[in-house]
Amino acid sequence: MDKPKANLFSSIKSLKYLFKKPVTIEIPKVYREAADRYRGFHTNDWDKCIGCGTCSEICPTNAIRMEKVPGYEAGNGQTDERPVIDYGRCCWCGFCVDICTTGSLKMSKDYIFISPDANDFIYIPDEEGINKNYPEEGYRRNDETDLLELERVIMGHLSAEERGDSFIEYVRGYSKEEAIREASRCVECGICTYTCPAHMNIPEYIRTIWEDDLEKGVEYLYKTNPLPGVCGRVCTHKCESVCSLGHRGEPIAIRWLKRYIVDNTPDDEYEKVVLAEVSKPGKGKVAIIGAGPAGLSAAYYLRTLGYEVDVFEQMPLAGGVMRYGIPRYRLPDEALDRDISFIEKIGVRIHTNYKVDKEKFKELKEKYDAVFLSTGFFTGRKLPPHILPGSDHTDVIAAMDFLPKVRDFVRGMGEMPEVGEKVVIIGGGNVGFDVGRSVVRLQRMKYGKVDVTITALESEDILPADREELEEGREEGLKVVFSRGPKEIVIEDGKIKGLLTVKCLRVFDDEGKFNPQFDEEDKLFLEADQIFMAVGQAPDYNYIPDDIMEKLEIVRGKIKADEYGRTNFEWLFVGGDIKEGPDIIHGIANGHNAAKAIDEYLRKKYGIE
Amino acid sequence: MGEIKALQLFHGPNHPGMHGNFSVHIKVDGDIVVEAEANPGMLHRGFEKLMERRNWMQNIALILRVCVVEPDINEAAYSMAVETIEGMDVPERAQWIRVMILEMARIANHLMSLGGIGGPTGLYTGPNWALVDRDLILDIFEKITGARVYHMYIVPGGVRQDVTDEILKDLEKVLDDIEKRLPEYRELILEHPIIQKRTKNIAVLTRDQALSWGVTGIALRATGVDYDVRKYDPYLVYDKVEFDVPTVDFSDAYNRLWLKYQEIYQSIRIIRQVIEKMPSGKVREKLPGNALKWRVKKGDAYVKLESARGEFGYYMVSDGGTKPYRVFVRGASYPQGLLGIEKGLPGTRLEDVAIWLDTMGVCAPEIDR
Repeated sequence: MDKPKANLFSSIKSLKYLFKKPVTIEIPKVYREAADRYRGFHTNDWDKCIGCGTCSEICPTNAIRMEKVPGYEAGNGQTDERPVIDYGRCCWCGFCVDICTTGSLKMSKDYIFISPDANDFIYIPDEEGINKNYPEEGYRRNDETDLLELERVIMGHLSAEERGDSFIEYVRGYSKEEAIREASRCVECGICTYTCPAHMNIPEYIRTIWEDDLEKGVEYLYKTNPLPGVCGRVCTHKCESVCSLGHRGEPIAIRWLKRYIVDNTPDDEYEKVVLAEVSKPGKGKVAIIGAGPAGLSAAYYLRTLGYEVDVFEQMPLAGGVMRYGIPRYRLPDEALDRDISFIEKIGVRIHTNYKVDKEKFKELKEKYDAVFLSTGFFTGRKLPPHILPGSDHTDVIAAMDFLPKVRDFVRGMGEMPEVGEKVVIIGGGNVGFDVGRSVVRLQRMKYGKVDVTITALESEDILPADREELEEGREEGLKVVFSRGPKEIVIEDGKIKGLLTVKCLRVFDDEGKFNPQFDEEDKLFLEADQIFMAVGQAPDYNYIPDDIMEKLEIVRGKIKADEYGRTNFEWLFVGGDIKEGPDIIHGIANGHNAAKAIDEYLRKKYGIE
Repeated sequence: MGEIKALQLFHGPNHPGMHGNFSVHIKVDGDIVVEAEANPGMLHRGFEKLMERRNWMQNIALILRVCVVEPDINEAAYSMAVETIEGMDVPERAQWIRVMILEMARIANHLMSLGGIGGPTGLYTGPNWALVDRDLILDIFEKITGARVYHMYIVPGGVRQDVTDEILKDLEKVLDDIEKRLPEYRELILEHPIIQKRTKNIAVLTRDQALSWGVTGIALRATGVDYDVRKYDPYLVYDKVEFDVPTVDFSDAYNRLWLKYQEIYQSIRIIRQVIEKMPSGKVREKLPGNALKWRVKKGDAYVKLESARGEFGYYMVSDGGTKPYRVFVRGASYPQGLLGIEKGLPGTRLEDVAIWLDTMGVCAPEIDR
C-alpha cells in the first residue's frame, strides 16, 4: 500500500456529507429496536420462580439480592423470597438467566428506563417488566449458555439377570468421582431442607462431599438423622421432588449422596463424630416402646441430651419395618446394623424379644419418667370377605405377614415362605412392589421361572409406587395391570383359581377423596394360586392399658398428638406411623421432635435450667 | 522581562488527548517537557485482587474492563489461561469464532484510534466518522453477544453462543461498508496536511528504546521489528488464515497511525477467511457441575495474545479451587504508557504529549489496574 502524501484538497471531499442524511437518530422520536439476543432489563415469571436465590449467588456484582415479598404466600417447594435487582450495580452479563433453575428469570429487549428517583432502579422483576409493557424476550439461555448441569450422574445397578434370583443389594452406590461430580451440581438453595420432614442439612452435607470432607458430612447427618445409612437407601426422598434442579433437569440424587457419606466414612472417624456430642447420663429415664425409625431416633437424641434410655422391642432384632418390612435387596442388614450399632455405642439400651403388654406398660410408667410410643403399623391389613369374597382363604396373605418371613429367611433365621407358582398381588404402592419383587426372587429360586402380577387401582400416571420400582420390577419379570379393582377371589375345590377384577374408572372423586368407581361389565380374570394383599398396614394398640387408651384420641388409626408428639398425658409421647402414618423419614423427624419435648418436660420436672 | 519559571502541569485526567482516568504530571521549561511522571490511582479498581474473590465464571464480567475499547482480548486471554491450566479442549468452531471476534475488536479499536487523533490535533471530523463506523461493528457484536461494548462472550471452554449464518451475512456487509469508507479516512486523515505536519517526526520511539522498555505491537512494528504474536506464536487458528503484518522502519506518530490503518485491511481479510472456512459444530465445553462449583486444576499458565496495542498476557495461578489464586495482567500498553511516559516524553514539546499517548495506543486501565 502506498504511503499517503500530503494533499491540501483531500479533505475537502468530506464536504459531501453535508448533503447526506445524518446517521444519528433522535430518541424518542425514533426507537431503535435491540438485537434478538439483547441483554436488557429483566423479567421474572413469579409462578415459575421458586425463590432459590441461585441468580443472586452467581451475580458477579452483587446486584441481585433475595427479599421476602410482603403478602406473598409461597407454595410447597419454594420460598417466599424473590430476586431484587439493583440496576446501579447490574452489569448485564446475563449469568442469572443462564443459571436460573426454573427458567423464570429472563432478559428483555427493553433498554431504556428513565426516572428521576434513584430508588426506582432497584426493581423486583415480574412479567410486566420495569417499563410495565410486557417487553419482548431478548437474550435466551440455551444448552451452551446453561450454567447448570442438568443430568444426574447415573447410578450403577446390578442387571436384572444378576439380581433377579437373589436378595443382594442391587444399587451399587457412587464412587468418589461420581459422588463429587453429582455433588457439584447442587446450587445449595436449601429448598430441600425445608421440605424434608426431618429438615436435614442437605446442601451442607452435599457440600462436604464436594469438598471431600466426609467427617464433617457425618456431623451434619447426625444433627437431624441418626439413621442415615437407612435413609441413604430407602428414604422416600421428598427432598428430591422439590429439588430446584428438577425444574429443568434431573434433581440431585440426594439420597444416594447421603448413602455415599455413610458408606465411605471409615468406622473410627464415624465413631469419633457420633460420640463427640453425647452428654454424660444425668437425671431422667425414658422408656421407648418399639425400636423402629421413630423409637431409635428419639432414643439417640434423648441419650445425647443426657437421659438414660431403654428401648423395648418385641422382635428378636431391632429396626422395626426397616428390619422386617423393606426387602433386603433395598436395605441390607449390614447398613441397618451399622446405624443401630452407633446408637447403642452412645449408651442406648435396646431390649429385644421384649413384648410390652398392659401389665408391663404400667410397670414402665412407674419405673420411667416418660414413655415414648413408636410401635408402628405392623399388622397387615386385608380386605374383609364382605368387600372381597374369598379373602379369608388361607392362601390370601397380607403383605406384613409375608415380608418379615422373607427377611428372616434371607438372613438365615427362618424357612423359605410358601410362594405359589402363579401369584397375584393387590396394591400398587411401594409395599405391593416389595412383595412382588420378593416373590419374583423366591419363585426363581424355587421354580426357576416367574409369574407374578400386580393389580393397581390407579392408572400408570398416578401409580403410588416410585417410578423406579415399576421400571426395575418390570425388568425383573413383574407384570403390572393398571386401573383394576379386585372383585372376587375365585375358589374351586378349596383352592384359589384366581382373581376377578373390574375396570376402575377413577380412584379419587372431584374433591380428591379416595372414592373409586368401577365399570362392573369390564372384567378381567387373573389366574393365581396365591394372592397377596398390600392394601395398607394397621396399628395394634392392645398393649396400652384401657384407662390410658380411653383418654387417648384415635383419628383414623393414629393417636392424636401435637407436632412434638405430646398426648393428653404429660409423660406420654408418640411418634412414627402411629402419629404420622407409614414413612421412615417422618418417623425419624417425629422421634427427634419428641426428644425435644421430652427434654423440656424432664427439665421442668427436675428443675434443670 | 522576568525569568521564565519551570511549571508543573497536570496532563489529564480530563484532557481530550488523555485516554481514561489517568494523568501525567509534567514539568515544563517553556514548551519543552523536562520531566514527566505517571500519576495513577484515579482509575484503580484492583482488578487482579478482585479476580481472586470471584469464581471462574464471574470473572468474565470483570476482566473485560481492563480495556474498554478492546474488551474481548481480556476474555480470550483469561479463558485461554483457564483452558491451559485445566487442559480443556476448545471446540474447533469456537476457536474460529474467537478469531473473528478478536479481529472485529481490533477493527473497532483501530477505528477509534484513527478518529482519536482528532483529540490531540483538533480534527474533529475524524472521531465522528470513526465512532459511526465503529458502531457498525458494535451492532454486529450486539447481534452475536447481546451487548455492544462489554460482550462477556468468550468464556473458558469456548464461546457462549453460536453465530448464525444470518449474522455472518450482516457482518460481511459491514466489512464491505467499512472497506469502502477506508479510502475516505485516508483522504481525510492520513493525507491531511495538518495531520502530516502534526504527527510526522513527532513522538519518536527508537528501536532500542522499544526493545529495552518491552514495547510491543504497533509501536514496535513501526520501528521495523515484525513481532506479532499471531505470527510468531500462533494461537487459536491464526496459523490457518493468511494475513500480513505491516511494518515501517521509523516509529513516529504518523507511521503508527499509518500501520493501524493498514491493519484494518488485514483484519477484514482475516474475518472474511474465517467466515469462509469456519467449520460447524458445538461452540462450548463446560467444566463438571454448575458454574458456582467449577474448579480448575492446580497449576499455572501464561497466555499471550496480540491485542491491538501489543502483546497482551495473563499469568494465572490456580490452587485447584473455585477462584483464581492469583492473576497477573500484562497490559499491552503498559511499557509505552508508563516507562514510555517517564523516559520518552522529556525533550518533547508540551502539545506532543497527547499525541504520544494517543498513537502509542495507551489504554489507561492496563497500567492503572
